[in-house]
Amino acid sequence: MSARDDILARVREAVSDAPEVAEPPRDYRRAPELAGEDLLAQFVERVEDYRATVTRCTEAEVPRELERLLDGVLRVVVPDGFPWSVPGGEPDNAKSAAELNDVDAVVTTSSVGIAETGTVVLSHGPGQGRRALSLVPDLHVCVIHADQVVAGVNEAVGMLDPLQPQTWISGPSATSDIELSRVEGVHGPRTLHVLLVE
Amino acid sequence: MSATFVGMPAFPEAARRALENTQQRHNLAHATGTIRDKRAAVVAEVDDWEALRLAGAAIKDQTLRHLDDHLVALEAALQERGATVHWARDAEEACRIVADVARAHDVDEVVKVKSMATQEIGLNEALEAEGISAWETDLAELIVQLGDDLPSHILVPAIHRNRSEIREIFRSAMGEVGRPAPDPLSDDPADLAGAARLHLREKFLRARMAVSGANFAVAETGTLVVVESEGNGRMCLTLPEVLVSVVGIEKVVPTWQDLEVFLQLLPRSSTGERMNPYTSTWTGAVPGDGPQEVHVVLLDNGRTRALADEMGRQALRCIRCSACLNVCPVYERTGGHAYGSVYPGPIGAILNPLLKGTGVDEQTDSLPYASSLCGACFEACPVRIDIPSVLVELRGQVVDAHRGGVPKPEAVAMRGAGWVLSSSARTARSERAAAFAGRLLNRLPGGRRQGDRRVLGSIPMPGAGSAWSQARDVPVPATESFRDWWSRTDGGEDES
Ligand code: SF4
Repeated sequence: MSARDDILARVREAVSDAPEVAEPPRDYRRAPELAGEDLLAQFVERVEDYRATVTRCTEAEVPRELERLLDGVLRVVVPDGFPWSVPGGEPDNAKSAAELNDVDAVVTTSSVGIAETGTVVLSHGPGQGRRALSLVPDLHVCVIHADQVVAGVNEAVGMLDPLQPQTWISGPSATSDIELSRVEGVHGPRTLHVLLVE
Repeated sequence: MSATFVGMPAFPEAARRALENTQQRHNLAHATGTIRDKRAAVVAEVDDWEALRLAGAAIKDQTLRHLDDHLVALEAALQERGATVHWARDAEEACRIVADVARAHDVDEVVKVKSMATQEIGLNEALEAEGISAWETDLAELIVQLGDDLPSHILVPAIHRNRSEIREIFRSAMGEVGRPAPDPLSDDPADLAGAARLHLREKFLRARMAVSGANFAVAETGTLVVVESEGNGRMCLTLPEVLVSVVGIEKVVPTWQDLEVFLQLLPRSSTGERMNPYTSTWTGAVPGDGPQEVHVVLLDNGRTRALADEMGRQALRCIRCSACLNVCPVYERTGGHAYGSVYPGPIGAILNPLLKGTGVDEQTDSLPYASSLCGACFEACPVRIDIPSVLVELRGQVVDAHRGGVPKPEAVAMRGAGWVLSSSARTARSERAAAFAGRLLNRLPGGRRQGDRRVLGSIPMPGAGSAWSQARDVPVPATESFRDWWSRTDGGEDES
């Protein structure tokens, strides 16, 4: 018997006399309590709680803010489809991991923001770049629109397409492996700036 | 890199030795206390926490009841998205599959995302035997691997090490396997993390193959999920050409929507954060993004045995958050090594016997007794696994397995314990178990000085257990420390 058929047979045997289980209760799904400015304020507070920075600005101010946040950065990679021009920005051009390692920063857009947990989710479509782009460089500037911010994890899961790869980002890379003391920055970007556009 | 749990002494013996390691006890008490407080704070923020726990438990129960259907669906979804699906009955089969993939690509090293399943099957050792180096990339796993040590906690495997020990490990071992630690190197955690970043970056950029586990596998879509903090997971899941994920068959959830429950329960229960820094999801091979060759190994290795246990099957709901370890008074004092398994603490005390069976080896049989039945683990568990009830059931199974047989000499430590129950009727089992737990516990707590005689104190216990547990002090037998035993015997391999 193949391992597959063997395992499936063992599973069937194991549960053959198990009772049926009721449909899982979904009463944790409540209407979000926060909206509008309160929602955005919570998003900002919780992202900053991870020691990321958040800048709120208007659409027109984005280029200036990008320039400010990237001031002094030598090399920045810009994914295809990123809607703003970034002075000196380089296109992806299928850079190898080693080439990306020589790049200092990346700018991306994002798909969803979660206020309750201070999370931004990238689903790596146009403007967000393939996964390696927002991973290898040490500084990540992530642009999100106010109308992409949702209250909680339930809403975010409902909006995302599972067939696209996703990276849920809550603050910069961090570890607590040494005496439980939190250190920002192990392998992912050590600095995360979020631009919240209204 | 030959440390192994094979040959570990049974729990009472290992625990007694561990208790004499004052440094480890201190590190552990500090660490578990810190995570406990963080967890409590972020759980209190969520007003529908109980509803989420109930949903999490019910989703897992329902999935397990129809696990065959979900596995077949998962396989089909993965194949449709370009992944190759393998099935492994046991550890040996799983290790061989991974090694075969490595050999097909002619690689002599792989980078690894922290994964309980690959530790369970001893993958690193199996690959090493084939001449393939497996580099752990999680900081704590790196500390354990470089120190030729064993993990002692599910989430923070190097929880038993402090900063100066870690600095020494980095200074002496990094250079032997790659980029040496910077010199000078302080014991500041930021400096130590920086050293790990440099050491591992070289390996990430070079590696052509990665091995991961998965926290969840979505049957309807074929999506795998890895939850992590440092970004080492993202490096492994993204940069190499080939990715092999070893996934226990109990990791399946039916739908994408189900993740909304677990992505709330898991981070708050494990690291005590609202959300962990990074969660990666991917569905098969993604054209132009990440590994173009994706393998998934669906692993049994005792899970179907556990699934057949009417009381014990709930242990397969476990999402490996480690909350039960952090609240356990026994774990806090003995540490993880005493459990002799990659799954320590309360979940290890039930999962190991369920996966391996009772009556097979002394060490596994001792684990259901490694508890005071205080119930703190059940309270903390995000998927409501009733660990105390499963422990009591397993104690009965251990007794039944030994009934009629003559206990081996190694069982001496357990003699005043499990085997006196050998005439047990199941009805009376729990009372006797509780009484035994009291006797065992009186041997456990850590040493304080009373005059010149070193004594064991009593264990602080919430609720009904406290009366007996504060009954008396007993002298600590003088013997070599757990760690000394460990290095002398190469993890028990050379024990004579
Ligand atoms: S048994 Fe429960 S508390 Fe313990 S690790 Fe598993 S899910 Fe977490």
